[in-house]
Amino acid sequence: MSYQIPRFRHPELPVNDLGYTKADYEGSISTLCAGCGHDSISGAIVNACHEMSIEPHKIAKLSGIGCSSKSPTYFLGNSHGFNSVHGRMPSVVTGAAMANRELLYLGVSGDGDTASIGMGQFAHVARRNLNMVYIVMNNGCYGLTKGQDSATADEGSASKKGDPNPFSSIDLCGTALQMGATFVARSFSGDKRQLVPLIKAAISHRGFALIDIISPCVTFNNNAGSTKSYEFVREHAEATGTIDFVPLSKEITTDYEAGTVHEVTMHNGSTIHLYKVDENHDPFDRRSALNTMEEYRANDTILTGLIYIDEDSRDLHDVLQTSQRPLNQLDETDLCPGNKMLENINASLR
Amino acid sequence: MPVRPTDIKDPEYFHKVVDCQYACPAHTPVPEYIRLIAAGRYTDAYMINWQSNVFPGILGRTCDRPCEPACRRDRVEDEPVAICRLKRVAADNKGSIVDRLPEIPARKNGKRIALIGAGPASLTVARDLAPLGYSIDIFDNQFAGGGMMRSQIPAFRLPESVLNEEVDYILERGVNATFDIEVDSLRSILDQDYDAVFVGTGAPRGKGLNLPGLEDAMDNVYLGIDWLSSVAFEHTHSIGKRVLVLGGGNTAMDCCRTSKRLGGEDVRVVVRSPFEDMKASPWEKEDAMHEGIPIYNNHVPREFVVEDGRLKGMHFEKVEAIYDEDGKRSLVPTGEDLVFMEADDVLMAIGQENAFPWIERDLGIEFDKWDMPVIDEVTFQSTNEKVFFGGDAAFGPENVITAVAHGHQAAVSIDLFCRGEDVRDRPAPHVTLVSQKMGVHEWSYDNAVADDERYIVPLAPLEESLANRKMEVELGFDRDTGFKEAERCLNCDVQTVFDEVRCIECDACVDICPTDCITFTLNGQEDELRTRLSAPAGNLAQDLYVSNDLPTARVMVKDENVCLHCGLCAERCPTTAWDMQKFLYNVSKAGQAA
Repeated sequence: MSYQIPRFRHPELPVNDLGYTKADYEGSISTLCAGCGHDSISGAIVNACHEMSIEPHKIAKLSGIGCSSKSPTYFLGNSHGFNSVHGRMPSVVTGAAMANRELLYLGVSGDGDTASIGMGQFAHVARRNLNMVYIVMNNGCYGLTKGQDSATADEGSASKKGDPNPFSSIDLCGTALQMGATFVARSFSGDKRQLVPLIKAAISHRGFALIDIISPCVTFNNNAGSTKSYEFVREHAEATGTIDFVPLSKEITTDYEAGTVHEVTMHNGSTIHLYKVDENHDPFDRRSALNTMEEYRANDTILTGLIYIDEDSRDLHDVLQTSQRPLNQLDETDLCPGNKMLENINASLR
Repeated sequence: MPVRPTDIKDPEYFHKVVDCQYACPAHTPVPEYIRLIAAGRYTDAYMINWQSNVFPGILGRTCDRPCEPACRRDRVEDEPVAICRLKRVAADNKGSIVDRLPEIPARKNGKRIALIGAGPASLTVARDLAPLGYSIDIFDNQFAGGGMMRSQIPAFRLPESVLNEEVDYILERGVNATFDIEVDSLRSILDQDYDAVFVGTGAPRGKGLNLPGLEDAMDNVYLGIDWLSSVAFEHTHSIGKRVLVLGGGNTAMDCCRTSKRLGGEDVRVVVRSPFEDMKASPWEKEDAMHEGIPIYNNHVPREFVVEDGRLKGMHFEKVEAIYDEDGKRSLVPTGEDLVFMEADDVLMAIGQENAFPWIERDLGIEFDKWDMPVIDEVTFQSTNEKVFFGGDAAFGPENVITAVAHGHQAAVSIDLFCRGEDVRDRPAPHVTLVSQKMGVHEWSYDNAVADDERYIVPLAPLEESLANRKMEVELGFDRDTGFKEAERCLNCDVQTVFDEVRCIECDACVDICPTDCITFTLNGQEDELRTRLSAPAGNLAQDLYVSNDLPTARVMVKDENVCLHCGLCAERCPTTAWDMQKFLYNVSKAGQAA
């Protein structure tokens, strides 16, 4: 019987620029159900952070409540973590980000935590364009409470013991676009080849980056009749195109035909290459993104990949002109600049 | 060409995954008996060994252990499981096995077999054939059975009581042995109308060095193996204070350590090659050095120095090893002055060879250009269909476990031959593959992987053991340590079996695997496929387990190399596409065709 993972790792694991192996980005062994899509997303986050050589102590992972929100325990064991109140992760991230803009904020939430109890917070954090990665592990059901339909369950979709869902579903990507999110993507836990570069791109984006990841609940929502099962998603997903992430230091090599590639330089100097499949879809145009999403939805197809990106995003720090230095690094002379400064301020108000 | 899906119905596929068993010449099911040791079932563990390698107590002390360098633990950690010494734990702690030994039928089958030599190969043939009703006559020139195990392995490594016990399990059960008899004519044996004859006479001739001065030094120069047997048979009780042992193999190690116990004070091993290239097992070199015996490498013996008709010492030329592009070594003199080492006695342990002066050359046994008999490598039959060879006598000096493996196969051949069947029609191995699942997180084997480093076998105090030639140096693991060492075994025989029909490609196994063995990807040519796996897969000696195509057109590829057999893939699999199944592989012995 083992609830512990062996200590041994592959002896030839590649090391990143920091000298760390993938194992240095792992967390505790998962207690989620065997085959849960969330574990694959955890694996993708581990891969992305390792390959990008992010220092683990420069990452803060924050979550709400639910199966999804348990999962930060299972990755990035050497990073900061905060498991907040149900649906209130965005507020906590906002506070943390205001206090210290130097960390990478990784919000992890689920469909209940985001689209039900946390809907209000989700809408506002998107609207404010807080610089964070917001990952939704979306399985269309409340797995932790025996699989009731959630707000993202598609109309007509049936979970294991349930009737077809009579309500219209919330499309988180659509909502985020409406609310002004500047990076919107959808992916599938069972497709790491797409997911890992998307996470890297989201990390590199300055502003609010949403990845809505369909993540089948093997226990309650992986049956025939469900639109969030491994089989259904595989059959109905269509990608906007493929995406390559090219870190700053690497030489760009591509064997794609010229003209089909969009090269996007990210805020941190890295590059993403977008290879589009659908000519009508312009990921730099919000209206086109919304239209394309609606079209695919009308055809019962799940659109995955990078749906929208605003390259000139101004994030909340830009807007509010927050402190460049983390608050905990400000000393008394910074915070109490003295009588002269006070007089200047008073004078300016006269 | 994409890689063909792995055929796990071929017993050799999973056999190869059990690295230790695969490397063992006798293919002893190692993890199976190690689990029994951990369970405290020492007698059961012993019997698995006894069935397979005939001499568990002897081999648990003296085996060349080809299994250990092969051990998977060596690839994920630093040190292999102490397989050999665990075998000894089973032997040391077992109960009586007499009621478990095979029945020897009172009514014989009418076939008579002669075995020349009573070493490990012949004894194995006798053990396998006696229960089938064969009448067996063994002839040996020593006073008791065991062959080189008796004459060449010193008592401080192998106590006589252990040797006698395991030899007697065979000789006291329906075998007619004649000792102290020198068979000097194979014709005389064949004339007695045996149905088959097995030659297991070992490699009895020590090689010597004919150097200047040898003639005058002769009184103080000995061949290593002859000297060791002279000590073992109590003809020799002492040696000079200064002893030079020439040679770098295990016999040299036994010679120097024995010398140290017979009065040698300044005992040195002098070897031509670099230290790393010496033929002796690393642990035997360590044991010698632990007893204060220096090893002088890169010294080529040049002459015996004799003064006033007495050996004074030897001259050596210093060399260095130069390796060419193909790794071929040449020893090039450094040009320094010859090195002189004083010596009262010199033991030459530079190799041994087969010798068959007693086999007439007109018996239908073909001899090759090196004057060695031509033996079939599978059947061990000579060109005289009635005469079979095994052990060192077949293909030159190897080791005990190889001799045992030969003995099993020769016995199979002799049985087939005596029944008028084709000796080339080899019996398939006995194989079972059984799920170990007991519950959601429960397996019938201990799948947690112990972090412990290899345990050291305790030794008797150096001074005491050097004072007594018969005192066993190694004390063996006690039961507690034996348990802890047994827990280091990764249970490589509990196989990860994949059923692609059940797989939903959720990646759970990929994510959980601690050693990144599993990848789902498009198929391709093996060398190219190996570059696309989750972790480096450069160990080409280890196979890839490749599934049939899955619904996404990908395949599951598992690199067997550093799989811990921890079962987490199967625990995390929601559809039991992965299962942990125990693979038991037993070589078929004579009369046991599957």
